[in-house]
Amino acid sequence: MKYVDEFREPEKAEALCREITKLSHQLEKPIKIMEVCGGHTHSIFKYGIEEILPQTIELIHGPGCPVCVMPKGRLDDAIAISQNHNVIFATFGDAMRVPGSKTSLLQARAQGADIRMVYSPLDSLQIAKDHPDREVVFFALGFETTAPSTAFTIVQAAAEEIHNFSMFSNHVLVIPALKALLDNPDLQLDGFVGPGHVSMVIGSDPYQFISQQYNKPIVVSGFEPLDILQSIWMLLQQIVENRCEVENQYNRIVQKSGNTVALQAINKVFAVRDSFDWRGLGDIPYSGLKIKPEYAQFDAELKFTIPNLKVADHKACKCGEILKGVLKPWECKVFGTACTPETPIGTCMVSSEGACAAYYKYGRLSTIAKRTITQKPKITQEPLPACGFSLD
Amino acid sequence: MCLGIPGQIIEITNVNHKLALVNIGGVKREVNIACIVDEQHPPEACIGDWVLVHVGFAMNRINEQEAAETLQLLQELAAAQAGINT
Repeated sequence: MKYVDEFREPEKAEALCREITKLSHQLEKPIKIMEVCGGHTHSIFKYGIEEILPQTIELIHGPGCPVCVMPKGRLDDAIAISQNHNVIFATFGDAMRVPGSKTSLLQARAQGADIRMVYSPLDSLQIAKDHPDREVVFFALGFETTAPSTAFTIVQAAAEEIHNFSMFSNHVLVIPALKALLDNPDLQLDGFVGPGHVSMVIGSDPYQFISQQYNKPIVVSGFEPLDILQSIWMLLQQIVENRCEVENQYNRIVQKSGNTVALQAINKVFAVRDSFDWRGLGDIPYSGLKIKPEYAQFDAELKFTIPNLKVADHKACKCGEILKGVLKPWECKVFGTACTPETPIGTCMVSSEGACAAYYKYGRLSTIAKRTITQKPKITQEPLPACGFSLD
Repeated sequence: MCLGIPGQIIEITNVNHKLALVNIGGVKREVNIACIVDEQHPPEACIGDWVLVHVGFAMNRINEQEAAETLQLLQELAAAQAGINT
């Protein structure tokens, strides 16, 4: 497949690995790099990138997975909307198994709610056209990558005067989340692999504050293995040369100023919320998007009564610490035992982009954990849970 | 969630709604091209363009020259190392 296969060639990957290893010998201390985007997390595990890196480079899996940062309360609100008589609730498949306080959308569907998976918000608009006697609600979630498609869909619904259609907006913004991470004293990072497809929309310029205010390097990266390896190589070059810049490895897709048309669509339909609750990170100011008053007729939060409650996470779940990179998945007591992709307790186990699901699906835990043990004689105060993985 | 897949626009199916048929690895699907059309790039001029498709929308054009330059750099890196190792 063009633009995919060329970026997976083993010879080039081997060359990049050698360069990374060579540069790692010049590091003064072990470094921590956060890949912000869940898509990167998934690629890193799928292609075994973490395993082939030198031990002095540790990857921290960040909060850039919209499903993973979805708080229970918002899920409960979505389920409450779906349980309304006469509602067809449309959602991306990613959100189906996310646990709310009592149930998930998948379980709500089993209990009778008309919940349908769609590939595009436009598909949900088509459902509304096909069922004029029903209220169709689209569960809009995602970062700036997905927000333009939601915005265009609302604009189209307004133009076609489709009144039985609305959206439950849970769109979030990446820059405020990065600021919250950088302000967290628990988290000591040496650099970022920047999100590729968010940057396709917002551009690479908005990350300047990371290099200028926080003195951290960031490289915006594509998602193929060569992209990620090249980005890590570029980050290492910056660290070794004591530079802190915003660099763009994914320049075949990402421009400095992003996609103007997509940004205009977002600004036309959405306003920034004063605050939005992120699972694991808590309330982050100006980090969510709500539908503007001009499009209020398409705002499900105004159209339906929702509980709008904050719900605490399960006490045993360490998703919050894992999202911040403070803990590793296997340091959570329920990882791989009570919490699995089939029966997730925390959201990091739901999406394939979540760190827990990635460790669980692609294994390699023994290798990674062994490396951590080598670096840190003691992982936690408590013994590892019997999670089915051997550390031998 | 932010998954994007490269595809090539092969036909404009609805100019008013900015819809086009995109070939994604042999699978043809109708996508919205509103994000990649403007005065310089009307829908009719998009046929043959490589785009990144996300949730039913072509989000951006793929810059073929930049892609080639990235691959060229990596090729030179691999060739240089092969030379060192022989």
